[in-house]
Amino acid sequence: MNVFAEAFSAALASLNAHRLRSFLTTLGILIGTMAVIAVVSVLQGFSDSISNQFSDLGSNTLTLAAKNDQDNFRTGQINRLTFEDVDALRYKISGIERVAPILRAPLGATLYKGRAVAPQIQGATEEAQDVLGVDTSIGRFLTASDEKNSRRVAVIGTDVNDQLRMPRDPVGEFLLIGREWFRVVGLLEKRGEIFGFSQDNRIFIPFSVARSLTGTFERSSMEVSFTVTNLTEVNQVRERTERTIRATRKLLPGKANDFEIKAADSFVRQFNSITATATAVLAGIVGISLLVGGIGIMNIMLVSVTERTREIGILKALGATRRDILIQFLLEAALLSLLGGLIGIVLGLLAGMGIASLIPNFPPAHVPIWVMIAAAGFSAMVGVVFGIAPASKAAALDPIEALRYE
Amino acid sequence: MIELKGIVKRYVLGDETVLALAGIDLFVARNEYVALIGPSGSGKSTLMNLIGCLDSPSEGQYILNGRDTSALSEQELAVVRNREIGFVFQSFHLLPRQSALQNVMQPLVYRRMSPSERRDRAAQALRNVGLSDRLDHRPNQLSGGQRQRVAVARALVGEPSILLADEPTGNLDSRTSSEIMGLFDALHALGQTVVLVTHEPDIAAHCQRTIRVFDGLIVEDHPNPARAA
Repeated sequence: MNVFAEAFSAALASLNAHRLRSFLTTLGILIGTMAVIAVVSVLQGFSDSISNQFSDLGSNTLTLAAKNDQDNFRTGQINRLTFEDVDALRYKISGIERVAPILRAPLGATLYKGRAVAPQIQGATEEAQDVLGVDTSIGRFLTASDEKNSRRVAVIGTDVNDQLRMPRDPVGEFLLIGREWFRVVGLLEKRGEIFGFSQDNRIFIPFSVARSLTGTFERSSMEVSFTVTNLTEVNQVRERTERTIRATRKLLPGKANDFEIKAADSFVRQFNSITATATAVLAGIVGISLLVGGIGIMNIMLVSVTERTREIGILKALGATRRDILIQFLLEAALLSLLGGLIGIVLGLLAGMGIASLIPNFPPAHVPIWVMIAAAGFSAMVGVVFGIAPASKAAALDPIEALRYE
Repeated sequence: MIELKGIVKRYVLGDETVLALAGIDLFVARNEYVALIGPSGSGKSTLMNLIGCLDSPSEGQYILNGRDTSALSEQELAVVRNREIGFVFQSFHLLPRQSALQNVMQPLVYRRMSPSERRDRAAQALRNVGLSDRLDHRPNQLSGGQRQRVAVARALVGEPSILLADEPTGNLDSRTSSEIMGLFDALHALGQTVVLVTHEPDIAAHCQRTIRVFDGLIVEDHPNPARAA
């Protein structure tokens, strides 16, 4: 047990004796680790923020949407969901808790006291509040009564509120959307941006109103999000939905679906897999610099062994075994590399935070603990691996030759 | 104690085989004070390396304290060196970055001794050579004589059965040399077995017995009639 403690302090002393050289030697490891941590911290921060923004959409939420490929767009034969599909979801499929159809209603510009904006206008029902996880900070969301009575009311996003320079509390103000007047009943909570697209530049109006105003739904498109009563039944509900919607849409057997059922978190998962790949690739590239750093360590350690040949001879004369010498030099290399790694981690964290704060609207950098532990462990391992050659060289020295070395 | 039987040592240098020791028989008893003398190239250094277990013979047997070391592995030889041999070198061979105390503690590191015990023993060994006020000095802060005394303390700290000194006064002036030889004399008087390698007759004169090596053979082995003071 003592052996390691001894070798450890001997290694520290010898690194300390050549402080500048030790630092320069480990610079490669330092920069490599720093780059890894900086890259990972920025990507992870980004990925975390995306996940958080979507976390309101639980994994029990599914979304039914029409599916169109390039041919559909080219020929103009665009598939759309119909209100029959919505009704099928509502009434024909067991295991569905809440159904929230969202009708995109391109009603035109929105005006308030001479200012105009063009937000996304979405027809929704009260269920949207739970299913999409939207909340109001002031006022209320749409209600069943709004829907039933086709009230001309609107719940607006913060961007709309800001850009139209409406009062802090816009409830009770009137907006002209397209050709219709709407009374504002609520202000949505701020959600921020995803990929630079604001999530707050939107207006919700009652579904029934959107439906009647868009008239023909040729130019409008609809998606239906719905929640599953029992989370464990998600797959069964998905299958039942697929069967029922195929029937509703009168798709003949063998014909491909012209709709798709997406899990709300599938986007998040997809995104996470992209960032994970990006992280892995970047970390791999940067990892090469760690190898280069390791070679640097090996090089200097070999020089150091030559320089200290006589010292090694003395230690052997005093009774040091091959193993004693091997452990001492291996520890020295590992320690050198680990110190570089630790400094690199700290600088990498700072760099990550710096980068994240320099880019506007970029989420704060974040590094999972395990990445830091892995980085430290990996750098120490680089030291051990590249320390093997110099340490074996030192251990194998012949004591007589080594003592005679000038 | 030290018993060499038919020791032969060959070196291979390129295509040539050099016979460094051509058949040495030697017995050194406990508490003897022996000088190995001979010109350079005579094989006395090789003999010393063999006695010090830094090297193994090509042929023959080396029995140290009743144990045949000829067949020991490198690892085992390291242990023998650590326990049985105390080396003193011509150019001191101290570890330059370590204090006198740390230098003397070093052999005990390989005995897996606790740091506090090592410190106590090393401090005692330095007191014994008269350096109790120089414990924290580095080698470059010490005079040649002081360095050699640190080296002697280091050689003795592990209580070896043999103190093996290779030209211990070779780098010292005459006054310091006689100081160091006084130290060896005193150690011998306390019961230490001492083997010196030297080419200086007046250093050899300190010993009880002189062994002359020439061309890899012992050509002369006689007790010294009178010891200088």
